[in-house]
Amino acid sequence: MAITDPPKIITSRVGFDDSYTLERYLATGGYEGLRKALTMTPEAVAHEVDQASLLGRGGAGFPAGRKWSMLRKDPVTYLVVNGDESEPATFKDHLLVERDPHQLVEGVLIAAFALQVSQVFIYLRGEFALGLERVQSALNEAYAHGAVGTDIFGSGFSVDVVVHPGAGAYICGEETALLESLEGKRGFPRIKPPFFPAAIGLYGQPTVVNNVETMSNLPWIVQHGGAAFAALGEGRSTGTRLFALAGHVNHPGVFEVEMVKTTFHDLIHAPVLGGGIRHGRELKAFIPGGVSAPWFGPDQIDLPLGQDEVADAGSMLGSGSVVVMDDQTCAVRAAWRITKFFSRESCGQCTPCREGSGWLERIMERIETGSGRAEDLDLLLDACDNIAPGLTWPPQQTTICVLGPSIPSSIGSAIEMFRDEFLVHIKEGGCPFA
Amino acid sequence: MPETTAPSDAGPGDVAVEPVVNLTIDGRAVTAHKGELLIAAAERAGTFIPRFCYHPRMQSVGVCRMCLVEVSGPRGATLQPSCFIEAAEGMEVTTTSDKVKKAQDGVLEFLLVNHPLDCPVCDKGGECPLQDQTLAYGPGESRFVEEKRHFEKPIPISELILLDRERCIQCSRCTRFASEVAGEAQIDFIGRGEDIEVNVFPELPFQSYFSGNTVQICPVGALTAEPYRFTARPWDLDQVESTCTTCAVGCRVAVQSSSNRVTRLLGIDIDPVNHGWLCDKGRFAADAVNSGDRLVEPLVRKDGELVPVGWHEALEAVAAGLRSATRASRKAAKAADGGNGGDEGGADVGRGAEAVGVIGGARLTNEGAYTWARLAKGVLGTDSVDAQLGDGLPAEVVLALPRATIDEAAAARTVVVLSGDVREELPILFLRLRGAVVDGSLRLLELSPQPTSLTPYAARSLRYRPGEPGVLARSLTDASKPAPTGIDPDDLEAARALLAADGSDGPGDGVVVVVGRPSLAESGDLVADAAQALAAALPGARFLPALRRGNVLGALDMGLAPGLLPGRVSLESGRDWFTGAWGSVPATRGRDTAAMLASVGQDDGVRAVVLLGADPLHDFPDARLARSALDAADFVVAVASTPGEATELADVVLPAAEAHERPGTTTNIEGRVSNLGQKLVAPGQAWADWMIAVELAAHLDADLGLDSVADVWDEIERLAPAYRGITRAVLDAAGSGDGVVAPLVPTSVTLRNRSVAPLDPIAFPGVESVERQGAPPRAGFAETPSAETAGDPDGDDAGDDDDDDAAAPTSRPPVLSGPVGLEVPKVPQGDSYSARLVAGRRLYDDGAAVALVPSLAGLVPAGVLRIHPQDLDALGIASGGSVRVRTATATAVLTVAADPGVPRTVVATDFNVPLSEGTVADLIDVSSPVTELRLETP
Repeated sequence: MAITDPPKIITSRVGFDDSYTLERYLATGGYEGLRKALTMTPEAVAHEVDQASLLGRGGAGFPAGRKWSMLRKDPVTYLVVNGDESEPATFKDHLLVERDPHQLVEGVLIAAFALQVSQVFIYLRGEFALGLERVQSALNEAYAHGAVGTDIFGSGFSVDVVVHPGAGAYICGEETALLESLEGKRGFPRIKPPFFPAAIGLYGQPTVVNNVETMSNLPWIVQHGGAAFAALGEGRSTGTRLFALAGHVNHPGVFEVEMVKTTFHDLIHAPVLGGGIRHGRELKAFIPGGVSAPWFGPDQIDLPLGQDEVADAGSMLGSGSVVVMDDQTCAVRAAWRITKFFSRESCGQCTPCREGSGWLERIMERIETGSGRAEDLDLLLDACDNIAPGLTWPPQQTTICVLGPSIPSSIGSAIEMFRDEFLVHIKEGGCPFA
Repeated sequence: MPETTAPSDAGPGDVAVEPVVNLTIDGRAVTAHKGELLIAAAERAGTFIPRFCYHPRMQSVGVCRMCLVEVSGPRGATLQPSCFIEAAEGMEVTTTSDKVKKAQDGVLEFLLVNHPLDCPVCDKGGECPLQDQTLAYGPGESRFVEEKRHFEKPIPISELILLDRERCIQCSRCTRFASEVAGEAQIDFIGRGEDIEVNVFPELPFQSYFSGNTVQICPVGALTAEPYRFTARPWDLDQVESTCTTCAVGCRVAVQSSSNRVTRLLGIDIDPVNHGWLCDKGRFAADAVNSGDRLVEPLVRKDGELVPVGWHEALEAVAAGLRSATRASRKAAKAADGGNGGDEGGADVGRGAEAVGVIGGARLTNEGAYTWARLAKGVLGTDSVDAQLGDGLPAEVVLALPRATIDEAAAARTVVVLSGDVREELPILFLRLRGAVVDGSLRLLELSPQPTSLTPYAARSLRYRPGEPGVLARSLTDASKPAPTGIDPDDLEAARALLAADGSDGPGDGVVVVVGRPSLAESGDLVADAAQALAAALPGARFLPALRRGNVLGALDMGLAPGLLPGRVSLESGRDWFTGAWGSVPATRGRDTAAMLASVGQDDGVRAVVLLGADPLHDFPDARLARSALDAADFVVAVASTPGEATELADVVLPAAEAHERPGTTTNIEGRVSNLGQKLVAPGQAWADWMIAVELAAHLDADLGLDSVADVWDEIERLAPAYRGITRAVLDAAGSGDGVVAPLVPTSVTLRNRSVAPLDPIAFPGVESVERQGAPPRAGFAETPSAETAGDPDGDDAGDDDDDDAAAPTSRPPVLSGPVGLEVPKVPQGDSYSARLVAGRRLYDDGAAVALVPSLAGLVPAGVLRIHPQDLDALGIASGGSVRVRTATATAVLTVAADPGVPRTVVATDFNVPLSEGTVADLIDVSSPVTELRLETP
């Protein structure tokens, strides 16, 4: 299948050196979406977003329009933008906040208008030093330009936006932990039910939490209409989407491609995209949607980049991160590395995740470093089962949040796909790739 | 298990019937009220769901995941934390499925991954929820073979508490207790993932009066208490239930002992009082009873030395000393009369009796206090008896004010706090009031001469200068009355609004006044006057006395105060009734402690002093007066359990049993009567106080006819009007841990059959016989009254048989009520150069309860004079510097600290703690209603 040539919806400006400036932004149609939105009713704006079938780009893929419609009616509601992108190999929001911060701000303002909230918080990963600076500068410029603050563009609508840096915890990307963090508390996820942000969110008020990329799509959707967005892609997966391609490819990077119409094969091999496996090696496996997702093998490379298509195949598009592993990759080591990440980043609040992640990491380390035992594979799977009962997809969980059931994904995939490799580690007392 | 319980103070229909939902738990139909947590509903229905982090007295957090159960939902049955899910109509819950079992196995195995299996050397071993629930719900063995997480083994986080982070299972009970219940978030989590740990903040120790509770609720041995550490194994401990008498709140406790030593106190959860919590002083001061420095035999002074003698000789000496004092007084009176009086006996009986003064008694049981009151007033004939050491309030006023319970205070619309710092004096009352403000809708109005621990929770705090509480109270309830100077008019207006009637309520409805002694340097009469002014203006208001000594309210109820007879009866109104029962009562009203001490040396003054477990040298506000009076007294008897300055100067010392060594009852600030447990045998020849009184009466040729502590109680129930109907049967009824509030409310006497959930052993590990823990019906269901009743004080019941042998010639006198005539001392004007002294209390002071306990003795703070920074500036003295203080009678150079919370021209400090020179008792002059100070540069 040939790759399509869709409009650049959110990466149209990244080629400019001064893409982050207000000047460039205005020169390229900036804030026209907001101006248009302000002439519409909030309901009409929300309707366009609903028509666009814009799936949330943060990981769960929940339709943004529906999320907005679930916001509990209350005089005080908040919009919070989740820019705490911190999973290994996930870096698409990174691009957006550094290269097109005004687009984010405009999207946020459109959403704030549609939701009629007067206070927005943009929570950005603390390590985005440049991104934080650029979003804050863009916001300052937007205030000066009259796009934010009191009586935006003379429309009578007022909103304030605050940028808040995270402090280096992956868990704060979990929306309820993010809200706790924003409130100045430890980033401990809240228990759902009852703490669904749309009902009980920031400071106990109804809150919409949306991803940076989701917000960045809004200026285009308002300008071109939801239908134009929905015309791209297929089924529920409409529009274009950013994919952060990482691992053993010739051209790692962030690519905006049309959903469903593009396949993993296109993403990895197309010369304008990934450019093929590095050093001419063979594909061993790839992770389709971030390190929480179960892995795919070469036989699944023709799957389209569509949310439901990938889910039906037993994984997810998740955070838009695609990690490619070539045939020189040790599956045990890769899974251990991912487990180690989750173990370090578990918030420590609930037992199965706190203790389970550390234990699984220790077992994986033993196997990789030559102290594996034959019974360890069953033990790994059973311990995983105690975090995510049944090891089903989508997973069930004994934990408070989804970080817990993210842990078994890589271990389960590695064992399922490369059991022999584990056995070699155990038998030979070490890593054959070392 | 259905149980009966003693009647509570709550009125009829006290339990609101909540909307009910129907659900099934393991296939059984169960009802729960709307909003009830699944774990609680299941427990009430007899299904115990294992748990670690859940605690019925704190907010659920759902973190340990031990209580996962399968709950039906739109997407089929899913595992949900039952401590977080509310019972809902039609819910189907499964607690025993394979899926649940697997989750429980998994959670326990995970918890044990990093938990060191050092149970053999762990204090919690044997009463450990982790141990117990692993046995009951866990896998047979762990598959974990790797290295566990390591931390430095126990680190002290305060003087009293050690933390072993390796044992911690991160349930957050301790951190939640600190922040939610105590309001002091001094311990919290640090780090994340497996490296998460509970700890204190750098350089800031866990300084809380409530830290021991974190040890008690810790579900593992992560938190241990220095005093108990390694002293016993739980299975070697023996337990009785009792009531803590360290202060007057009356927390219910389990007293556990081994080899005739109290090893520890654990809080028992009763709804009306302490909710399972204890203050550290109450918890750890129990160690005092183990002191090696106890009085074990009677002592009599011979040739200037106290020498051990037998009880007979000692009591003979006391009888002789008291008789001689009475005789001397009579002789002096006769001389004054011109020698015209008759000889001894005849119409003269009773004259001279006031030469005997009895000071103290708040340490006694009700039975001890009653017997001593009868001995003093019925046998010796003196009314100069005072359980308070000039540090409380006029007894008649306290007893006559309409009383509130702690629950009523917590449920009130507004609580007026006119007392010392509640956290320092009655710590658990502080927790209850704070909780009611933070979690409920209570509003506090604080009237205090200095900031207190409740100030941050108060809707308004009005600062008054010592001497002004009456003026302030009147200006609060009557806008036409002038307010004290310095009170902000807006604050005053807001305070008035807090007291204003709400809707159709009458004036004062929904208002509770906590009335105590804000300062020992200000006359209690002034505070009593303020309280009576509030009572008069707010007829609906009720009062909770904040008197702090252990059983002070019981002692006052038993008549250990001038002008009173047992059962909250005045000397006058009870004269006929008690003359009939006892033979005689004092002819005239006697003196209070201050007057007794001041009278020593006068012809008609006190000549013989009996100290009932009291040490006026330490505890009376005016040290100079106490010292000179006791030095000048002809004869001093000390009834005491430990030697001290008071016993040093006594002529006879009688060794008394301490708390936990004697059975009986106690009465708390609410008037709640509860049983005290006897766990230990008193050392040597120490006797219970009631027995000492009975035997001393015998040596004075009076037979009180009381042979046991039960006899004494029966007589109290029969004779003391406020205690009518509180029979031993009522006090001993199952579930009587709650106690009974005196006087009984006639309509609440029916024993209700409440289906008591077996109390959660995981919530308060270590407390035995949990089914008797008063078992709070936390679910709050209205229970159908059962046929079982335990006496009806209003009607004629079996208890009335007693009336026959009382053969009382008159009817039972009325319980005190309404305004009491009070001579309000005139406060001197003072001049612009003087400041007024405020002497508050600290929980840890130089009193015996702390001094005898090694773990607490080091916690007594050094006192300073707290002065408004502008006043300090005016003096040209820096905070931390010294000031010369001059009163009419004393002078001292003392360290000062700036405190912007103290009003201008007020000097605040603490009583009975060491100042840089002496104590504040050296400065206080009780002959003046306020103490004026001159401050000078030294």
